[in-house]
Amino acid sequence: MDFKSAVFYFLATVLVLASLRVITARNPVHAALFLVLAFFSAGGIWMLLQAEFLAIVLVMVYVGAVMVLFLFVVMMLDINLERLRQGFWSYLPLGATIGLLMTLEMALVLAGRYYGLEAMPDPGASGAGVNNTKELGRLLFTDYVYPFELASVILLVAIVAAVALTKRPRKESKAQNAAAQIAVRRNDRLRIVSMPSEKE
Amino acid sequence: MNFLMPDFYPAAAEIFLLAMACVILLLDLVLTQKQRWIIGLLTQATLVGCAVITIMTASGQVVLTFSNMFVDDLFADFLKLLVYFSVSVMLVYSRGYLALRGLDKGEFYLLVLFATLGMMVMISASHFLTIYLGLELLSLSLYALVALDRDSARATEAAMKYFVLGAMASGLLLYGMSMLYGATGTLEIGGVAQAIYHGVANKTVLVFGLVFVVSGLAFKLGVVPFHMWIPDVYQGAPTAVTLFIGSAPKLAAFAMTLRLLVYGLFELAEQWQLMLMMLAVLSIALGNLAAIAQSNLKRMLAYSTISHMGYMLLGLISGVAAGDRHFALNAYSSAMYYTVSYVMMSLGAFGMILLLSRAGFEAENLDDFKGLNQRSPWFAAMMGMLMFSMAGVPFFVGFFAKFSVLLAVVDTGQVWLAVVAVFFSLIGAFYYLRVVKLMYFDQAIDTAPIKANLDMRLLLSANGLAVALFGIFPQAIMSLCTFTLLRSL
Repeated sequence: MDFKSAVFYFLATVLVLASLRVITARNPVHAALFLVLAFFSAGGIWMLLQAEFLAIVLVMVYVGAVMVLFLFVVMMLDINLERLRQGFWSYLPLGATIGLLMTLEMALVLAGRYYGLEAMPDPGASGAGVNNTKELGRLLFTDYVYPFELASVILLVAIVAAVALTKRPRKESKAQNAAAQIAVRRNDRLRIVSMPSEKE
Repeated sequence: MNFLMPDFYPAAAEIFLLAMACVILLLDLVLTQKQRWIIGLLTQATLVGCAVITIMTASGQVVLTFSNMFVDDLFADFLKLLVYFSVSVMLVYSRGYLALRGLDKGEFYLLVLFATLGMMVMISASHFLTIYLGLELLSLSLYALVALDRDSARATEAAMKYFVLGAMASGLLLYGMSMLYGATGTLEIGGVAQAIYHGVANKTVLVFGLVFVVSGLAFKLGVVPFHMWIPDVYQGAPTAVTLFIGSAPKLAAFAMTLRLLVYGLFELAEQWQLMLMMLAVLSIALGNLAAIAQSNLKRMLAYSTISHMGYMLLGLISGVAAGDRHFALNAYSSAMYYTVSYVMMSLGAFGMILLLSRAGFEAENLDDFKGLNQRSPWFAAMMGMLMFSMAGVPFFVGFFAKFSVLLAVVDTGQVWLAVVAVFFSLIGAFYYLRVVKLMYFDQAIDTAPIKANLDMRLLLSANGLAVALFGIFPQAIMSLCTFTLLRSL
């Protein structure tokens, strides 16, 4: 076993173990940290495949930004762990049976035969002069420009939806609306009634 | 590194719609509350503009652009025009309803426009990636629309269920697509069809992927056993949004099914026909039986949707019989005709609920339609026609839709299937006719006068009359469906 395979098996083992811990860890903060480890190992495997841009982006975007935000949310929310685990044991037999059956069936169909090295030969190492980032960028802005634009529209929808669903003027808020206060006219506030003068 | 500039002309309608959506997004920022009507008007104008552009750019040829990811053919043009039309009708119906509930904000119109863009992308997709992105664009907008009424716990619950199940279905679809990619080595629908035709692809992996693709599609169409979300979402969402979900997206889902299964996996027709047949029979049976037990009209119409989608699938499964393909055109155009006429009826039926609703009151229970004849004989007649048409009573559009899919089924020699379908449509007639009985023979509980804008009254009347008119002249739409499919297949 050469050095590269040894590194791969090491990273793969860490990845599988960390992913398992993500779903079995009792503490959500631990689960999030294990997910960080999983992302990091996956980044390493991509690096082995000479996809250095994707590896770096995975670590920067997911570990650096998404997971840190996620940790903040987990720490700020008061999650009731008892309620989350409620019914776990009663659902386990059914869920585990279905999951196992599906895994078995999928394994039967996909076990190595169709996706082995004979069916999908190794594309071979790319030359030293190939710039992965440049190639990805070129593809994104030429052949894949249409899906790329669509993805940006989906992000725009996410922003619009998030604003539409969460932003609301709080009813109890006593914030002043300066523009409305300045624009107020006499007629809005004051009503002059003419009354006959009263005599003693 | 040769790269040809893609031809933007066939996608002009999509580009126009996106540009207008961005304009409306910015305008919404500066408009005051009193000027909000401009947004609604601009949205309608955008749809009209899209229709004009789609007609102008229609070449009658199959044109591929954007590295074969976008296809413009007559089938796409026709379906897109129907989508614009039904979205526009939906906006007219829901204007009063939204205003009374404080939902007629810019976001509603924006999300509707983005959902429309998603449908257009799905209809014009010739690549797995664009199908998926169009679907997500549509679904994400719909999830947000369902939850738009934030103070309603029911709407939030519906949105949550829709979101979780929808994400799972997207996952299934993606997994299936990845298997097809693994087997054929391409994501282009045309390329997939070529690879399967030349026998390059491994059949076991293909069928394995097909199972997941069909499950994902079945969820999006809402057929049994992937129907769980339909009743809850239809009932929980604001009625205007239910009207939207129940109309135009069905056209897009039909287009997606046709592009994936017929354009891409036609060589596997024997396999997916068998899967769809089971789904169709289950949907027709469960939809019609469960609808009887409902006292909520929105829920009843949800189960009726499930059964209608089952009938539509009957058309799709009659394309190939024992390796003989000359039924295909007839069968697929009957399924398309069914979808189009279903959308027409669904618009009308949910439009009636919107018509009878008023501030703080939803006319969503069957009892709210009691004695409608005393309150408004004209609209009782319209609702009666819509219900007759949905039940498949002769000479309404729904009759010819059912008739044509059943004919397609009988043509391929599956008479037992047609018998089962007719049997359950007889059972289904009960709950449609019950609405008619309530309107004409029961005393009105609710006697509030019907107030609605003139445009809505006119359009709803036209909708009801169209159901009758296209029942007398069914050839009008039928021949358009056949013609567009003939020029695009």
